[in-house]
Amino acid sequence: MASVKVNDLAKDDLSWRIDYDSSRCTMCGSCVSSCPFGAIHSKVEKRRKVVSEDITPNPKIIFQTVPVISQTIDEYMFCRGCGVCERVCPNEAIRPVRNSDARFGMRYRGALADPFKRGGRSNLETDGRTLDKIKVGRISQMTDPSLDAQRHTFDILSPFGRTLPAGEIPFSISEDGKLKFSGDAPPVNWIYPIIIGDMSIGALSWRVWEAIAIATAYLNEECSIPIRMCSGEGGVPQRLLKSRFLKYTILQIASGHFGWNRIINAMPEMVEDPAGVLIKIGQGAKPGDGGLLQAKKVARHIQEIRGVPKADLLSPPNHQGLYSIEESVQKMFLSLNSAFKFNVPVAIKVAASSTSVSVYNNLLRDPYNIVGGFFLDGIDGGTAAAHEISLDHTGHPAISKLRDCYHAAVHQGKQNQIPLWAAGGLGKTGNLASDAFKMICLGANGVFSGKLIIQLAGCLGNDQGKCNACNTGLCPVGICTQNPLLVKRLDVDKVAENIVNYFLSVDQEMKKLLAPIGNSTLPVGRSDALISTDKNVADRLNIQYAC
Amino acid sequence: MCRIGAIKSKNYIQPKTALQLMRSQQKGHDNSGFAMVMQDLGGVFEKYKGLPILSMACTDDGIKIAEDILHKEGFARVFQWAPQVFPREGLKIEPMPNYVFQVYQLPKLYKYAPESEKEELLVEMRLKIRKALDELDEGFIYSFWPDVVTLKEIGDPSDIGEYFDLWSENKDFSAKIISAQCRQNTNYDIVRYAAHPFFLQGYTAMANGENTFYEKNKNFQKNLYKGYLGFESDSQCFLYTLHYVHKVLNWPLIYYKHTITPLSFDEIDKREDNAVLSKIRSSLANLEINGPNTIIGVLPDGSVFNCCDSKKLRPVVVGKNKDTVIITSEVSGLNDVMPERNWEDDIYTHEREMIYVNNDLEVQRWHQ
Repeated sequence: MASVKVNDLAKDDLSWRIDYDSSRCTMCGSCVSSCPFGAIHSKVEKRRKVVSEDITPNPKIIFQTVPVISQTIDEYMFCRGCGVCERVCPNEAIRPVRNSDARFGMRYRGALADPFKRGGRSNLETDGRTLDKIKVGRISQMTDPSLDAQRHTFDILSPFGRTLPAGEIPFSISEDGKLKFSGDAPPVNWIYPIIIGDMSIGALSWRVWEAIAIATAYLNEECSIPIRMCSGEGGVPQRLLKSRFLKYTILQIASGHFGWNRIINAMPEMVEDPAGVLIKIGQGAKPGDGGLLQAKKVARHIQEIRGVPKADLLSPPNHQGLYSIEESVQKMFLSLNSAFKFNVPVAIKVAASSTSVSVYNNLLRDPYNIVGGFFLDGIDGGTAAAHEISLDHTGHPAISKLRDCYHAAVHQGKQNQIPLWAAGGLGKTGNLASDAFKMICLGANGVFSGKLIIQLAGCLGNDQGKCNACNTGLCPVGICTQNPLLVKRLDVDKVAENIVNYFLSVDQEMKKLLAPIGNSTLPVGRSDALISTDKNVADRLNIQYAC
Repeated sequence: MCRIGAIKSKNYIQPKTALQLMRSQQKGHDNSGFAMVMQDLGGVFEKYKGLPILSMACTDDGIKIAEDILHKEGFARVFQWAPQVFPREGLKIEPMPNYVFQVYQLPKLYKYAPESEKEELLVEMRLKIRKALDELDEGFIYSFWPDVVTLKEIGDPSDIGEYFDLWSENKDFSAKIISAQCRQNTNYDIVRYAAHPFFLQGYTAMANGENTFYEKNKNFQKNLYKGYLGFESDSQCFLYTLHYVHKVLNWPLIYYKHTITPLSFDEIDKREDNAVLSKIRSSLANLEINGPNTIIGVLPDGSVFNCCDSKKLRPVVVGKNKDTVIITSEVSGLNDVMPERNWEDDIYTHEREMIYVNNDLEVQRWHQ
């Protein structure tokens, strides 16, 4: 027998197998036309059938040629298990089933001599999340009454911007014995402690982007929840830059500097300052990799927004020409601060790493008082496309590093001066409020979350290898694609509504966690409110161990 | 729950008034201790107004340790007084061997030194003695400051009064301001340092309640000033914030309230002084308190004040007659000590208010 057959890619190698029931199929074609990957196709099969046409049994064999749906076996057009076929089938005739014997990653590399790329997050989770091993263990009772979450008023806001130590605020005492503020101090915006994380336009479709912007504006103006969204790299549409809604947007300048010439050109026409500027040095999802937007996703409007030709757009792993922490402060912070006349806080985002604390320690000593925030992004975050090896095997959890940074600030007596914001898998199990609350107790001033927003927009992927096709530009629900047909699948209003509703519930849930510990403001650094049932976690994070 | 009270009078009063004030408020199980700080002293200390008085409870070796440290630095003892004790079987008290009240002359080198240097020296000395006593477990030092004595004891307040003969008239031991607490805090081990009132550089503070932001306050305060240490009680944080805001930052007293219970962001936005208030809220977020408590404080100039948490979850009442003002936890104490006052003039401090009593005993209500 020819060995070539044995070494060919087979269904059994693929991560997902199509479970197809031809007896239920009406051949409507919905599944085939909705699968963006071409992972299924129609074909004909010759079928053997036993029939009896006489009054008494008289079996005979006939052969028929019938149309069927078949799985494509191909290194490019393989099933990602997104399940869109199942969603569109009117007859429950088709669905993807996880193949536990899969070895596709290995076969792919062997066949193509190319690293396997995908989106999503680590698919190598073997242990539960640290955050889920932490509980809110301090419940107010007799001496310090808990509050009524429904009736009490809460002041749930976090600072975004550099805070001066009290002794350095330019106060004088006026004749009436009151303090008078005269002079300059860095801008501080008080915002909701959860920011919608930076996801770039270009990677995401304009419809998702618009939905998030609509939700943000609605939450601010109709629900009085001062949520901010971060632009991500890739520029911002001109009409948002010139609108009054810009005040809810944190503009990101990342290592590719995409779209910044457009932002700067729009400045004379801006009617509002942005909510802040975030300089992305690194990201947690694929630390040290930098982003890559494939040419096939650089549609015409993306070219315009980013100010680039249709080509692969590489965002380098670091800002070119930036070689030290001091430089980051001097060059970037000073120039970006002065661009907005020192009215807009400028923060920095780094990937959680063994060196994060050193960076934070150094920034705390920043002589210009100009670093408006330290955003720490951990391994579990991110939606972007990357090499699988990066997604699964690089990165650093955010939680212990956040705790280290907080302790470093405490050690210097400078906590709260450069607000700590942290993310990386927050809301991963569906409850962002509890994750945010725990991170805040561990020392964060606030948190940011991106992937959850994508889930709310309808992303079908998960951390067990489902979909994860962000790298293909063929997102089956129109989120991570610029393909006009796919983008059309996304209902902007519905996505905006989901996001608004989710944050309304998060706000309620934050209160439900604040109330029992008796706090009406955010318990930043109140780790005494937390316990862990895991001794190692308790020891590492310096919280109470409980069993 | 602690019972606290401060008595400020035009006349010299004796500890028995403070004991009486506390006992009226005492509940059945509140027998873990009694402590008081006396300021603006009469009796035997009246003629030593400008000189620092060492207040300690310690062993014989403890006295020696403290004296050696002070002598080495150039301090000279000019007077000492010890309360006479009356031990008897059955008293619920865990006394120390010695209760030391010694008056010292400052080192000659400091004769022309500015006030601030002298003040720092006194803190340094207290910290040094405390460290030395702690290392050998020889006792406790509560204050080292002019015109101030501090007494803290573990046991039943009534028995403590008997032991030190505080229930009788004793003109030797009197003051115009006495702040006192019965029952030590119960959150932690009962240790003498944990008993209120706490004292630092002329500032006295005590609190009735919990400080749920204790850890957050402590983490921030411990780096602000050398004298912020101990933290045996979550209520010490209130003193340190008072000292920091009023003494270190030199802000007017009203900003103490703005620091510990800041207005909500909505309210700050509506205020004319929003630039000041929002800056304070940003910079001193870690000094905010968020627990049920009421705070009574005494400033170095002898004025007394009171404020509450922003939800007003703990009781406090202010009452006065023509020469005394009392701020205390519960009205029962006030009724017992000052029954003849006009009860209608009593003030139950509300959540956005500071009560300030100046040296003319004028009671002011400051709205935050």
